[in-house]
Amino acid sequence: MRKLIFGLFIAILPALGLAAGAAGPLDAMEPDHTNKQSLQRGAALFTNYCMGCHSAEFARYKRVSDDLEIPASLYEENLIFTGAKIGELMKVSMSKDQSAGWFGAPPPDLTLESRLRGESWIYSYLRGFYQDDTRPLGVNNVVFENVGMPHVLVDMQGLCAVKPKIGHGSSVDPLSGNVNNADVCPEYAIEGSMSAAEFDRAMYDLTNFLSYMGDPVKVERERLGIFVLIFVAIFFIFAYLLNREYWKDVH
Amino acid sequence: MQKLVAWIDERLPVVDAWNKHVGKYYAPKNFNMWYFFGSLAMLVLVNQLVTGIWLTMSYNPSAEGAFASVEYIMRDVEWGWLLRYLHSTGASAFFVVVYLHMFRGLMYGSYQKPRELIWIFGMLIYLVLMAEAFMGYLLPWGQMSYWGAQVIVNLFGAIPVIGDDLSLWIRGDYLISGITLNRFFALHVVALPIVLLGLVVLHILALHEVGSNNPDGIDIKKNKDENGIPKDGIPFHPYYTVHDLLGVGVFFFIFFIVVFFFPEMGGLFLEKPNFEPANALKTPDHIAPVWYFTPFYAMLRAVTVDLFGLDAKFWGVVVMGAAIAILFVLPWLDRSPVRSMRYKGWISKIALAIFVVSFVILGYLGIVPATEGRTIVAQILTTLYFLYFILMPFYTRMEKTKPVPERVTG
Repeated sequence: MRKLIFGLFIAILPALGLAAGAAGPLDAMEPDHTNKQSLQRGAALFTNYCMGCHSAEFARYKRVSDDLEIPASLYEENLIFTGAKIGELMKVSMSKDQSAGWFGAPPPDLTLESRLRGESWIYSYLRGFYQDDTRPLGVNNVVFENVGMPHVLVDMQGLCAVKPKIGHGSSVDPLSGNVNNADVCPEYAIEGSMSAAEFDRAMYDLTNFLSYMGDPVKVERERLGIFVLIFVAIFFIFAYLLNREYWKDVH
Repeated sequence: MQKLVAWIDERLPVVDAWNKHVGKYYAPKNFNMWYFFGSLAMLVLVNQLVTGIWLTMSYNPSAEGAFASVEYIMRDVEWGWLLRYLHSTGASAFFVVVYLHMFRGLMYGSYQKPRELIWIFGMLIYLVLMAEAFMGYLLPWGQMSYWGAQVIVNLFGAIPVIGDDLSLWIRGDYLISGITLNRFFALHVVALPIVLLGLVVLHILALHEVGSNNPDGIDIKKNKDENGIPKDGIPFHPYYTVHDLLGVGVFFFIFFIVVFFFPEMGGLFLEKPNFEPANALKTPDHIAPVWYFTPFYAMLRAVTVDLFGLDAKFWGVVVMGAAIAILFVLPWLDRSPVRSMRYKGWISKIALAIFVVSFVILGYLGIVPATEGRTIVAQILTTLYFLYFILMPFYTRMEKTKPVPERVTG
């Protein structure tokens, strides 16, 4: 059903993707919000590595805990570091004025990043860091040139000595979790704790989580949508029969 | 029940009103699918009003709180996401059905005598709808809301002498700010909806005074039976009420596919940069208005020459204004003895086709960034758009028309 609807819309939507920002070649990433385990791993990565600086201040911990089926007590113990209550918004304590001084610009809120830039962009960006001694923090990014963000995942990925080959067909198969054409970096300046394939899978999970954060109601919305369309279709049958009955006497 | 109706009717002419506008309003029996879009526009209007009222309950019209309150609606308000998507998709759906409704008018000459006022009220509705949509688009306070409003309000600045003061007066500030947001909110939720509803009432009253046109463009009132009822007319209720339900079914099916599966419509209905809060210090790479404004935006950008010592931008605004203004005088441009495209000559048919194609391609050009080649195409299409109207008095008079039948066909 969804395939059919999607196909129909592709056909009448030549302008699809026009509004997406140009960002050079990207590695494709297909999110899967029904994969709760992937989202849970992504939530753990996001909280541990991103939330030091980046807030997700339009979302609440409780919603994430409910949607991802992480028990509230477990969530509070392991995934809230600011002392916030579980019903609160996912803010960070870093002040925007200070961080602007440190990084050139305050780290943006990431609640809607997936809808702003798209999942493929995030997935590529996270894997696009490389060594560049001309930059203040010693790293640059092929997807977001001269970005102010440090390579916070360096202990996992390692540091690529040359520009990673983003957009050369590496992607994660959402069903098997296998990575096609995995190694984006041919040469490392610093070795990381993960293999290239492991890191790609971790970044898939993190991107998947950010995709969920941008559109938390997606799964429920599409589930309901099917019922709504079935209802409208049945309504149409009765409307059609009623109309035929009335119009019998019009000649 | 009957007693109650009688009691009310002695004090308020409800039975009269029902009969005049519904029960004994005789509409031509040969309406085709193009006649669904009037009632569908009404349906979308109701959707916008109802979802709009509920959105207002949780929306915070301030520069500090607007963006967060929209996300609050999307995440924390029960069914808030549905209300918001119904409203945002409804805005685009409104323009879809209104454009199709207007095309129907062009095709069957529904603006011709004696329906000039219906057309003018309709055009005023279209104008107010554009203002309503423009102001509503600022409310989410995203980057595209902000910069879109900035660009459009700055257009007024192109007017010589008073321009800068005028745009300052509209914004209420030197740049789009919380003050602008507050006044746009007031206009969007109170002032313009009232005007819109008033115009819709006038549009329908004027229609019911002279009666509906039909695909043959025949005046069905010329052929009445012994009771004074048009032979080709059928009561609006129940015939067209049940008939319109079919249109509602098809419309809802498509509408809900968008609402539930493609609420952003690939960036056409909800533009991607609007998922970032408004930032006065950061201009997006590419500012494009929402799709329903893009034909006029393309015309604005198509004007690239300074003339009489005035900026090209000013002439762009003039062209854009003229493109809408010229639609108002359409009833007096069409000199054809027949109404419907069915009986007009081949020049009219080709002219209408060129006009529609130009408008659609201009809409596309208004979305994508301008290049030199695209600007030339836009210039040609803008010229064609205007030629459709300017040449109409000539080609509609000189072409050979087909004889119009006495009674409606099919």
